Amino acid sequence: MKLAPASDQTPAVELLDITKAFPGVLANDHISLVLRRGEVHCLLGENGAGKSTLMAILSGMQQPDSGRIRVDGQEKEIDSPRAALDLGIGTVYQHSTLIGPLTVIENLLLGDSRGLKLDFAGARRRLKEFAGMLGVEIEPDVPAQELALGRQQQVEIIKALWRGSRVLILDEPTSMLTPQAVAELHKVLERLKTSGLAIVFISHKLHEAVALGDRITVLRQGRVTGSIERERIRLSSPDELESQIVALMFGEGGEVAAAAAEVPELQMGIEGKAHRGTDTGDVALGLHRAYAPGDGSQPGIEDVSLELRLGEVLGVAGVDGNGQRALAEAISGQRPITHGEIRYLGAPVGSLSVAQRQKLGLRYVTDDRLGEGIVSALPVSVNLFLKRIGRAPYWRHGHMRSEAIDRDAEALVNRFDIRTPGVEARAGTLSGGNVQKLLLARELSFDAKVVVFHKPTYGLDLKTTRTVRSMIGELRREGAALLISTDLDELIEVCDRIAVLSRGRIVGVVDNGPGAAEQIGRMMIGDVTLGIKEAPEPEVQRA
Amino acid sequence: MSDTGVSIQPADVAVVPPPGLGETGGRGRSRRVAAGRNLLIRSLIPVILALIAGGVLLAILGRNPFTFYANIWQFGIQQGSWEDSAMRAAPLLLIGVGLTIVFRANIWNLGYDGQFLIGAALICGIAPHLTSVPNVVSLVVLFLVAMAAGAAWTIIPAFLKARYETNEIITTLMMSFIGVGVANLLVKGPFQDPTVNIPQTRVIPLDHMLPSIPGTRIHVGVLVALAAAFIAAFVLKRTAFGLRLHVLGANPRAAAHVGLNVRRLIVMAFLVSGALVGAAAAADILGVWGYMRANWNPGYGDTVIPFVFLARLNPLALIPYIAFFAVLSNGGDLAASNANLPTDFLLVLVALILLFMTVIEYFGRRHDLGGSYLTPGLRKALHVPLLRRRTAAEEPSR
Amino acid sequence: MSILHFAAASNIFSKAVLTSLVAGGLLAGVPLMFTALGETISERSGVLNLGLEGMMLLGAYVGFVVAYYVHSQTLGFVAGMAGGTLGGVIMVVLCVWLGLDQIVVGIAITLAGGGITSVLQGAQFGTSYPRLAAPATVSIPGLDKIPVLGPSLFNQPVLVYIGFALAGLLAWIYRKTNIGLNLRAAGEKPEALDAAGVSVVATRSWAALSTSALAGLGGAYLSIVSAGVFTPFMTQGQGYMAIVIAMLARGKPLWVVFGSFLFGISLSIATALQLAGVNISTDIVNTLPFVAIIVALLIFARRSYLPPALCLPYMRGAK
Repeated sequence: MKLAPASDQTPAVELLDITKAFPGVLANDHISLVLRRGEVHCLLGENGAGKSTLMAILSGMQQPDSGRIRVDGQEKEIDSPRAALDLGIGTVYQHSTLIGPLTVIENLLLGDSRGLKLDFAGARRRLKEFAGMLGVEIEPDVPAQELALGRQQQVEIIKALWRGSRVLILDEPTSMLTPQAVAELHKVLERLKTSGLAIVFISHKLHEAVALGDRITVLRQGRVTGSIERERIRLSSPDELESQIVALMFGEGGEVAAAAAEVPELQMGIEGKAHRGTDTGDVALGLHRAYAPGDGSQPGIEDVSLELRLGEVLGVAGVDGNGQRALAEAISGQRPITHGEIRYLGAPVGSLSVAQRQKLGLRYVTDDRLGEGIVSALPVSVNLFLKRIGRAPYWRHGHMRSEAIDRDAEALVNRFDIRTPGVEARAGTLSGGNVQKLLLARELSFDAKVVVFHKPTYGLDLKTTRTVRSMIGELRREGAALLISTDLDELIEVCDRIAVLSRGRIVGVVDNGPGAAEQIGRMMIGDVTLGIKEAPEPEVQRA
Repeated sequence: MSDTGVSIQPADVAVVPPPGLGETGGRGRSRRVAAGRNLLIRSLIPVILALIAGGVLLAILGRNPFTFYANIWQFGIQQGSWEDSAMRAAPLLLIGVGLTIVFRANIWNLGYDGQFLIGAALICGIAPHLTSVPNVVSLVVLFLVAMAAGAAWTIIPAFLKARYETNEIITTLMMSFIGVGVANLLVKGPFQDPTVNIPQTRVIPLDHMLPSIPGTRIHVGVLVALAAAFIAAFVLKRTAFGLRLHVLGANPRAAAHVGLNVRRLIVMAFLVSGALVGAAAAADILGVWGYMRANWNPGYGDTVIPFVFLARLNPLALIPYIAFFAVLSNGGDLAASNANLPTDFLLVLVALILLFMTVIEYFGRRHDLGGSYLTPGLRKALHVPLLRRRTAAEEPSR
Repeated sequence: MSILHFAAASNIFSKAVLTSLVAGGLLAGVPLMFTALGETISERSGVLNLGLEGMMLLGAYVGFVVAYYVHSQTLGFVAGMAGGTLGGVIMVVLCVWLGLDQIVVGIAITLAGGGITSVLQGAQFGTSYPRLAAPATVSIPGLDKIPVLGPSLFNQPVLVYIGFALAGLLAWIYRKTNIGLNLRAAGEKPEALDAAGVSVVATRSWAALSTSALAGLGGAYLSIVSAGVFTPFMTQGQGYMAIVIAMLARGKPLWVVFGSFLFGISLSIATALQLAGVNISTDIVNTLPFVAIIVALLIFARRSYLPPALCLPYMRGAK
């Protein structure tokens, strides 16, 4: 029995029987969902379970094929983002919708069409009010791209609430945040909840859902597989809750046990295991006081020194946007280093081209799989050999030998279990997981020695994630791997040692083992990236 | 994420062709036949629609479209005029091949007029001084000079794009205008024939022009152009250079990621296309004109662009299109003057082909993807109630 | 010829020369100014208008014909805007609504605009090129008495003053209004504008239409006032020049005005030099502005700015 006020009886929003199909996928299959005032409703599910589609429908970005939406008990049609905003449905999208070069206040004013002239003074006042409500402080006249990611997200929340919201949707809001920023977000949400807002929190991380949710709904393959009410969340022990949710997320029976056992990501409070000592190996890859430029709002790397030994998997932890890409590209050769040195198996490679490094066995599995990993218009076979264009035996005197390419591509497709209709199919038709396997096949074959992985499991389903992680581990036998990841659990599972990258600098290296996670967390927090960025520190002496 | 709607790569629409490497899609004959038919329709319909629309325009102007098109046939094909059309095709094809190569790399070399005229002017200036050299040698030298000049005229845009990523559309156009001016200065200045009053170069003696194919009036430049098309087709489809260009064109970031030397590729693509445009000038001057007048600008490049796209950046498929347009253009010159219209009417036809091509391509692509023919934006704009919402039953969930 | 000798022999700094330079710069610069101001609008919103040249020609032709038959220059200008807008409508439907390639469509509009106006002119007037009377001017009392510059700068057709006012208005719109913010968002990050509940399609459509109308107006000014006659392909690349001016001015209207007049002066320098007794080939003169642009690009290549979403069609939900 509930003792809530009467107005709470009518849900803020009801989604009834929503169905949405895309070519090849039934993203939402008759989904119903009820959002109530003053509650955080967690939408939990694996990548591709249909969470984001459902919320895109609620925020007017997509139209459902069938189904109804009720707002305050009345049926409404939400056929555009404007309609959603007018109904008080504000969204913080997974990918930032702030416009970098515009100031905070301009970003907030965007779409706020009261009159012709922009009301800067009024907006400043409102920003202050909202900031007070969230318990944060925000500088109005700074370009959005100069704010730290946590602060940017607060601006996004204010933007979502700007036109008087009753529902706030947050799509995977913690994926880009430091642990401290996550904690701050939790506080903000608690405050907003008490003001009567209905909050939808989309996540694929179980512990977040349990920590935050008043109500949890689990989606799997476009369907609601179950939901857990606030009473049960309060009454159940974490362990019970966990196993219940795992069952909902991954299906019943043996599969559950397997999934739970093999995917430590799902276990709460995971402890790192001690890996074998690695001090004995030769240095496979060494960075010595390396500097590389950033691009746009992304920082570069500054004064980075790292040693990766043969037979070792070295992790690089850090919140996204702290120089990960610059680090990976500096090693692969895509980005020049301005100072310092990179050595590979003892020899300096800093001035070698991408192709030369690749030939030597230094490989890079990019995080931007579709953007730069593959050429989607070309067949799978050619994509597998893109880094070997012009080289024997696939090219002879600049002339392509299709038989050799097709034959060996076939072999790679089988070995790496790439699901494709054939090697001649366009790479763009593959699913995300298979694209990643294609990239792995390309980078790990032909005498790969040292491989840099950048967010190698991001967005993948569990099965592929497992495969990828075991491939990374296997590099210990003959080579070494550098694993750059924003997923701390993954690093703890796979790595021998973990370095922490913050604002383009390595702030420490931790041996993996009990307590490693906390130590890394502290290092990430110790150099808090909340608030406005400070002016860049004076350059250390130049070489 | 897989759960987005129909996605269209911006570059995919009309511009970047299906890959020449390993054509995909369904196996099985019926599907291949269907695909072939589809391709044929998409390649021909824009031309047909443009001819119809052009006819309507003629009718509006009070001209008889049937007479006009019959005249084109008459003056473009009949009574040996097909030989003139074939010769007209030579420069068009060479320029088309040159554009095919840069467009493959998704680089817009729109400076063909300048490249062409600089090459033409140099030939006209130099050729009269080479009359004492054996014919073969002088012709080869002149071709090389024109090719070098055409290539040289792309260097600044190539450098700016490779170094600073400056938009090459702007720079090639600017260089083109400069090229036109410089060519005129050359013709009116150092290369002017002192014996005549009008500004034009000296006329190259007939026996120093390109020889004819025995039994015809057609000069061998046409064979050079055909050879260029075949070689380009081989290079694009079967060589490392061709694949590198394709990768750069389809995904420049991937090109950098897989270790291609992007800057060198950009410069190479520019130089090759400039050289081919220069060769077009050589074929045209040495094959047909023999001299150059001031302010002469045949504007071949503009008219070639739609056919380069219709041929899907395939040099061999380009040949029939160029043949068609050569007839249209050769016959059209006379047909237009018969109809008392400026020959610029052909530009209108070309523009119409281009417009219809993009539209047909768009509809075709939407159709292939199983999506609606109309974008949400357009649907909203038109307020077509029937298309606004599809039920789950209608949605093809393949 | 040394500079000193040149100056001494040709009386290059005479009042007549300066006046003609300024007046000519203005006459040649105004069409560029309208067109380039227009281009700032659509460029901001993410539509690169390569059809500008064709739109100017459409405006020049339609404007001229109306001014010629109706004997009203004002109506001529209005008709010129309508003519340019015709090209703009094609651009909007194909590029903004259907998301087709802006470059291909832009080229097509330029070809069609040039071809059709040439054909219509030929069909109508044959090989004769009728002229219009000189336009009425309005002088600003006081200012037009300033020696040298006064008469040439402050005795102009009303449209010129309107053009300057427009530049100021645009500058204000860009900085202070919702419209300006929406335009910028549509060019920088259309998905953000969409998420904020403003239609990207509508924003870009209005932007592209305004651009084409202004290009048409520029063309009409060229045929009605600057030249007094319509000849086929009379724009001679000024549409492309306008794109470069907008690009180098980084979309800032006041810089566009400045840039347009710089190019206007270089376009009209021949007349001034002739007054000074120097005859330079028209080929050099016609080529100079383009050389200037290439030099400017070589020097400022790194500093020109184009919005990231330029040329990219926007489809909600598409990647």
